[in-house]
Amino acid sequence: MDLLNALIAFLNYVFVPGVAYGSQLALGALGVTLVYGILRFSNFAHGDTMALGAMATVLITWLFQSWGISLGPLPTALLALPFGILACIGLLLFTDRYVYRFYREKKAKPVILVIVSLGITFIYNGVTRFIIGPDDQNFFDGERFIISAREFKRSTGLEEGLSFKTTQGITIITAVIVVIALFWFLNKTRAGKSMRAYSDNEDLALLSGINPERVVMITWIIVASLATIAGVLYGLDKSFKPFTYFQLLLPIFAAAIVGGLGNPLGAIAGGFVIAFSEVTITYAWKKVLVYLMPENLEPSGLVQLLSTDYKFAVSFVILLIVLLFKPTGLFKGQSV
Amino acid sequence: MNGTLKNTMLFGIIALMIIYVGLVQSWNSALLIVAMGLISSIMALGVNLQWGFAGLFNVGIMGFVALGGLAAVLIGMPPTEGGFAAGGMGIIGALVLGAGTILAAIQVMKRMDHGWPRTIAVIAVLIIGFFLFRGLLDPAAERIEEINPAQTGYLGGLGLPVLIAWPVGGLFAAGAAWVIGKTALGLRSDYLAIATLGIAEIIIAVLKNEDWLTRGVKNVIGVPRPVPFEVDLQNSTAFVERAAGLGFDPVEGSTLWVKVLYIALFATVLVIFMWMAQRALHSPWGRMLRAIRDNEVAAEAMGKDVKARHLQVFILGSAICGVAGAMMTTMDGQLTPGTYQPLRFTFLIWVMVIVGGSGNNLGSVLGGFLIWFLWVQVEPMGLWLMNLITSGMAEGSALKDHLIESAAHMRLLTMGMVLLLVLRFSPRGLIPEK
Repeated sequence: MDLLNALIAFLNYVFVPGVAYGSQLALGALGVTLVYGILRFSNFAHGDTMALGAMATVLITWLFQSWGISLGPLPTALLALPFGILACIGLLLFTDRYVYRFYREKKAKPVILVIVSLGITFIYNGVTRFIIGPDDQNFFDGERFIISAREFKRSTGLEEGLSFKTTQGITIITAVIVVIALFWFLNKTRAGKSMRAYSDNEDLALLSGINPERVVMITWIIVASLATIAGVLYGLDKSFKPFTYFQLLLPIFAAAIVGGLGNPLGAIAGGFVIAFSEVTITYAWKKVLVYLMPENLEPSGLVQLLSTDYKFAVSFVILLIVLLFKPTGLFKGQSV
Repeated sequence: MNGTLKNTMLFGIIALMIIYVGLVQSWNSALLIVAMGLISSIMALGVNLQWGFAGLFNVGIMGFVALGGLAAVLIGMPPTEGGFAAGGMGIIGALVLGAGTILAAIQVMKRMDHGWPRTIAVIAVLIIGFFLFRGLLDPAAERIEEINPAQTGYLGGLGLPVLIAWPVGGLFAAGAAWVIGKTALGLRSDYLAIATLGIAEIIIAVLKNEDWLTRGVKNVIGVPRPVPFEVDLQNSTAFVERAAGLGFDPVEGSTLWVKVLYIALFATVLVIFMWMAQRALHSPWGRMLRAIRDNEVAAEAMGKDVKARHLQVFILGSAICGVAGAMMTTMDGQLTPGTYQPLRFTFLIWVMVIVGGSGNNLGSVLGGFLIWFLWVQVEPMGLWLMNLITSGMAEGSALKDHLIESAAHMRLLTMGMVLLLVLRFSPRGLIPEK
């Protein structure tokens, strides 16, 4: 029985949050990795792109809520998501047309593009704060739990409860669907294949008649969709606050690099590696260990390796280790 | 129009703008802009050393600035009574042990052959070291934090004159830069950027959470000052008489005088750094750095030690940012770890360097003043603009309230626009590199 309790505590506090957070990071890292693969620079504005896309979705959700439209037990935000994605696509294509394209035609060094993306970060961040303000916004509605801790305890008679939030379920399911769709697109369609060709060898792709502007446009459309979905899922699961998205930049980059920058499969793996390391290292294991250890050996402290405030440090250390020992990442990314 | 005339005009325009603020708003705000402009210029000089001279992309400026602030606390604040006795030795022991663990791990890495046994040995050393470190640090930190937590609850500082903290802040930043440079400088520029971004967040996290060191988010207030207090000036008859002779009332006169003293101190530091940076730029060392920046492969083929030069200039630039950070905390009189934000302390400095003209020291100073002025003044300007736009709207309409309230967020937008416009239409900045 104790073993079961320990398992449930582990699932409840480590595994389920880890999977949900990992899915969000993976979606974010996919966006970063695609920009890197096709446009060849590290997009520092990605965090704020997520914030902007999520903001558009939040606003439309509120509009729908005021009209009385809802999805019943599911959050209305899912209904608003396609519109948020459209807004974000429009924004990114606009940005590309009037900002990035100039530097692409000039064949500017990647680091200049990184600085340009910093300027974009400022602007996106300013726009987000300008429209919705810097505070927490709540846009979640519908059923809160798929499995609530109390019901779980009642039906199983265990001491530990397992709660599975609707948002966690939605996050995981959406992430799986999005990833399958993305890989189908990259591997099976003509546009996807031209993207991969362009990423592998730009000159060769140009020679074989691939239109680079089209590839770039498709990339931005995909990146906008991924960023909005990731932003909305994170906002639903935790809370929507413009500043947190900027802070997500570090774990997202860590995930993309750990997996191998430019490699979509790596971005997903990296997202989960980072998420699970963050959760396991900052979780207080006392709750689990209490069930596993004999009574006289029970831990006195919280058995928490690092306080949760250091979760950025965890992703950073993993990033450093990978950079030092395997610079191309776990999956072979583009060379360093 | 020759260069000197153009530069004089540019600086003249900024001077006029600041004087305008003095006339229209208050001389106190004008002098504050000058003081913060000086500090910003020093930070921009440091970043220009890294980016303009050597092409290193450092986005961890916030971390180095915060380390400088930490130095101001550790040097300037009086020691907490009984603090060191309670846990000082434990803390020092833990820190030595932590450093020893890392050194041991590096030795194991170097001595053992490549393979699984080595990986396991390194991980074992690190894990055992980590638990010993925590075992030593946690109880000591707890004992220190128990001492009068509302007032102190931290180790305190050395109680030395706070001016000493300025070079020490530079040393702290240099130490951190050495560690980062050793690990991340060999990587490509994007990775250095991400590494520095991360280390800055970690430094801030440490300052926020290690209460025994900095009181965390409870903030350290009352950092000693190198200049007299306004209240003391107001009570001194000699000062009051002198202020009256110049036509100031004691309160205004004292606040202005304190700011003038700070400005004199900061200007001295800026002049010293400016002189050093100019000498460096025109020295063989500076030419070598620019050669490396423009063509790394060719420079290496000429026998230049690229890695060592990069490390050198990375440390020097970061140290300058550390000094500026210590100066800023000294002027604020408090260390508030919660207020360090990358947009304000890292990316704003980048805007200064790029707008001023990367590679040109004078440009960095100009950028420092100009961008700081905008950063401070965009808010009132935005408010004015919003009031103008909304003047036709009905009183109390939701849109009007929202627009006026949002004017405060105009600064990020403006900074982004300024950065993008300069990059696009004048990528070499206002005062281009010669």
